[in-house]
Amino acid sequence: MDILVPLLVALPLLGAGVSLVLWRQVLAQQVIGVLTVAAAMAISVAVLVQVEADGVVAVDMGGWPAPIGITLVADLMAALFLCVSLATVLAVLVYAIGQPRADKSAFYFHPLYLVLTAGVSASFLTGDLFNLFVAFEIMLSASYVLITLGGSRAQIRAGMTYVVINLMASTLLITVIGLIYAATGTVNMADLVGRLDAIPDGVQAALGALLLVTFGIKAAIFPLFFWLPDSYPTAPMAVTAVFAGLLTKVGVYAIIRTQALLFSGEGFPTTLLLAVAALTMVVGVLGAVAQDDVKRILSFHIVSQIGYMIFGLALYSVAGLAGAILYVIHHIPVKTSLFLVGGLVEQTTGTGALGRLGGLVRRTPVVAVLFALPAMSLAGLPPFSGFVGKLSLVQAGLAEGQWTVTGISLAVSALTLFSMTKIWNAVFWGEPTEPVDGPSRLAAPRLMVAATVGLVGLSLGVAAFAQPIYELSERAAVDILDPTTYVGAVLDR
Amino acid sequence: MILILALTVGVLYATGTYLMLQRTLTRIVMGLALMGHGANLLLLMAGGRAGDVPLIGGAQAGGAVEDGIGTAAAEGASTFADPLPQAMALTAIVITFGIMAFLLALAYRSWTLTHNDEAEDDIEDRRIAQRAREGHEIDVLRGLGETVDDEDVR
Repeated sequence: MDILVPLLVALPLLGAGVSLVLWRQVLAQQVIGVLTVAAAMAISVAVLVQVEADGVVAVDMGGWPAPIGITLVADLMAALFLCVSLATVLAVLVYAIGQPRADKSAFYFHPLYLVLTAGVSASFLTGDLFNLFVAFEIMLSASYVLITLGGSRAQIRAGMTYVVINLMASTLLITVIGLIYAATGTVNMADLVGRLDAIPDGVQAALGALLLVTFGIKAAIFPLFFWLPDSYPTAPMAVTAVFAGLLTKVGVYAIIRTQALLFSGEGFPTTLLLAVAALTMVVGVLGAVAQDDVKRILSFHIVSQIGYMIFGLALYSVAGLAGAILYVIHHIPVKTSLFLVGGLVEQTTGTGALGRLGGLVRRTPVVAVLFALPAMSLAGLPPFSGFVGKLSLVQAGLAEGQWTVTGISLAVSALTLFSMTKIWNAVFWGEPTEPVDGPSRLAAPRLMVAATVGLVGLSLGVAAFAQPIYELSERAAVDILDPTTYVGAVLDR
Repeated sequence: MILILALTVGVLYATGTYLMLQRTLTRIVMGLALMGHGANLLLLMAGGRAGDVPLIGGAQAGGAVEDGIGTAAAEGASTFADPLPQAMALTAIVITFGIMAFLLALAYRSWTLTHNDEAEDDIEDRRIAQRAREGHEIDVLRGLGETVDDEDVR
């Protein structure tokens, strides 16, 4: 069974290689892409089942024992995130295949997309900080090319911001890794748990703060999010959708992993994280309210939702962390499907500007329904997955007595609903408008709609099976707060 | 020796940061390159004092070559240089180099498209600037796509 965990990284990379060799046959590329991602998704489900039954799975690459060698670790949180991420990756790939285009650079898309998948898997699975850096770089290198694919002027301008910001964050990450190695003599996360206690509190706090800044840039938390709403909207819709669903969440995963695992007990920066969470929620949603383009509104919402996840981590209780994990699981399919619907709107009408749209509910009622379901979920209305995530976070917040931030999170939910109705009013209600330009018909390609339906179905599934998923999140949270099983699985075998 | 290296790292970071705060794309790229070198040097320094013999030499000096790691580690860390930060620095150098090449290509593409080496404002900044200049609400009907390609806005 140990072969499964490394396969999650190796398989997409292999698929990317084969896909690159077959660059002339786009159909073959599509088949390989779908098969690879589907296989990776099946493997991730198998890993989740195994981790759920037997506890943390750790595999040493190349046969070197844990503190020196490269270790891949799948604990419950990583396995859960992997499953939902790979399902989302598969849906977006099908969507991208269904998207009609005459773009000559389309053949680059499949290899890069698979490399991105491998990077995301590796980020979730890696057991040491340096390989977290390497996994981030695999993921980001693919994303740099994907975000500038096509090379239009707007893309180059936005891509430049994206590349420079992320490269700076990566440099900062190397710096922190160097400092951590100098202070403790290891970069293995399980090994770090014990060794960090031996260094002075001030140094430990400084390292924690540096890690928070580094991953905070990638996760787009409050003072560090400005690059995101500027760079995401220029990419092709399928690319933006998968970035929105996954890349920031990998940053959130890294924050949860490092902060909770390395800086346990009294040293945990609860107040700082609470302030960051509240500001991220408020600023993100206010930015969304001020925008008048579908992609930009949704991009600002990513920032706002990251605040909820940080809020759950900041509470630093089992309930809070379980809420944060559940929130990530809910958010990945919901956010991605909203972007996919935005893509459907652009595909059918030729624009995403609110002022130019209207009346789509009469012309494409399916798209309207597909928007309404995840939008209500994002705002946290009762039967949907967002309600489950927010409810668990609010309960955890009240249990910890954090009235202010809990209140802010509720107010932000109301504002989220407001900006979602803004999209709804402008795009779906009102007088029907003519398509802006191009040969686009007022009917979206079937494959794109099918992929979106699948993803919305996944988010409804999260709501339907909220109880078992919450129990899994709770167990994952227990493991994170008490890392003895994690450390034991990595170091003592 | 360690002081010289530490000062070098400091100078590389300071110069890199200064260059990155400029508005010219080539300077930003240069700044990132300098900062990347500083980070790699810092990673290398994390392994300890410079000037220790490499792994194999340390094992030979100890008189046993059979199992390099075990023997050298048994002699204590002071007898050989820690190989792990070197391996990490090598990986980091390769990654930084690759992405730097991509960034240069991007800067060149930006130059061919605009004939201007300046980092451009983002759309939101331009909208705010335009609103301030014209003194009235931006026309909501103008789509994002047009705003981007519109030369007048800048």
